[in-house]
Amino acid sequence: MQIPEVMRTVPLEYYLFFSTALFVIGVLGVLTRRNALVIFMSVELMLNAVNLLLASFSSYRQDSVGQVFVFFIMAVAAAEVTVGLAIIVMIYRNTKSIDVQLLNRLKG
Amino acid sequence: MADKLFYFLTFLALLSALMVVFSRNPIHSVLYLILTFFTLSGHYVLLNAQFIAAVNIIVYAGAIMVLFLFVVMFLNLRSETQEKTSILSKVASVTAAGLLMVVLVAALKDVNLGTVQPTADFDSQVGMVEQLGKVLFSKFLLPFELASVLFLAAMVGAVMLGRREPGEQNTF
Repeated sequence: MQIPEVMRTVPLEYYLFFSTALFVIGVLGVLTRRNALVIFMSVELMLNAVNLLLASFSSYRQDSVGQVFVFFIMAVAAAEVTVGLAIIVMIYRNTKSIDVQLLNRLKG
Repeated sequence: MADKLFYFLTFLALLSALMVVFSRNPIHSVLYLILTFFTLSGHYVLLNAQFIAAVNIIVYAGAIMVLFLFVVMFLNLRSETQEKTSILSKVASVTAAGLLMVVLVAALKDVNLGTVQPTADFDSQVGMVEQLGKVLFSKFLLPFELASVLFLAAMVGAVMLGRREPGEQNTF
C-alpha cells in the first residue's frame, strides 16, 4: 500500500519535539495564568500534545492500539471538562470571580 | 509537499497555543484553542489517522470548545479585571516551564526510537474506522463499556454541581 508522504519525509523525532513544545506551553499556561478557565484550557493543550504523540507513534508503527487510546483520552477529557466547568461556574457563583488566587484559603 | 505542510501546521499550532496562554481576553483564548485543535486535526490527516482527525474536530472543536465558549459568555468576564501577578512569580513560572522544556529535550534528543520508518509492506488501513472498530470492540471492550459509566457519573456530577441550592439568590 501507499506510504503517507509525511512518514517518508518527516522523522518521528520531529513529532516528539513538537509534542514536547506543545506540552510545555500548556505547563506554562497553568503556571502563569490565574484565570481558572485559561488554566483549564492549558490542561486541554497538554492532553492534546499527548494525543498527537500517541497518534504519530501509532501511525509510524502501524499499530492501531495507540489511536484507540487517543479515543479514550478524548472521552475522559470530555467528562473532565463537564465536571470542571460545573465547578468553575459554582466558584463564580460563590466568589463572583474565577481567579484561582482567591481559593488559597481552602482547607484540605 | 507533505513536509512543508507539516512545518506550516506545526508553526501555526505552536503560535496559536502561545496565543491561548498569553491572550488577555478569555474569549480570544477559546478561539485560539479552536484554531490549535484544527491544526492538530490537520496533523492527524497527514498521519493517515482519519478517524482521530474527525473525532478531534467533532468532540474537541465541536463539543468541548462550545462548552468553554458558553461558560465564558455565561460568566460575562470583563477583560478589565486584569490579573495582578507579581513579576517574581511570572519569572519563576517561566523559568520552571523553560527548565522542563530543557530537561525533556535533553532526555529525548538521543532517544532510540527503533526502526519506525515504514517499510514496503506498509498497512495504510491502521487509522481507518474499520480497523479501529475491530480493536475497540474486541481488545478494549471492557474500557469502552466503563467509559459509559464514567459519562454517567460525569453527567450526574455536573447536574448536581450546577443545581441551585434551595434559598440561593437568583444571581445570573
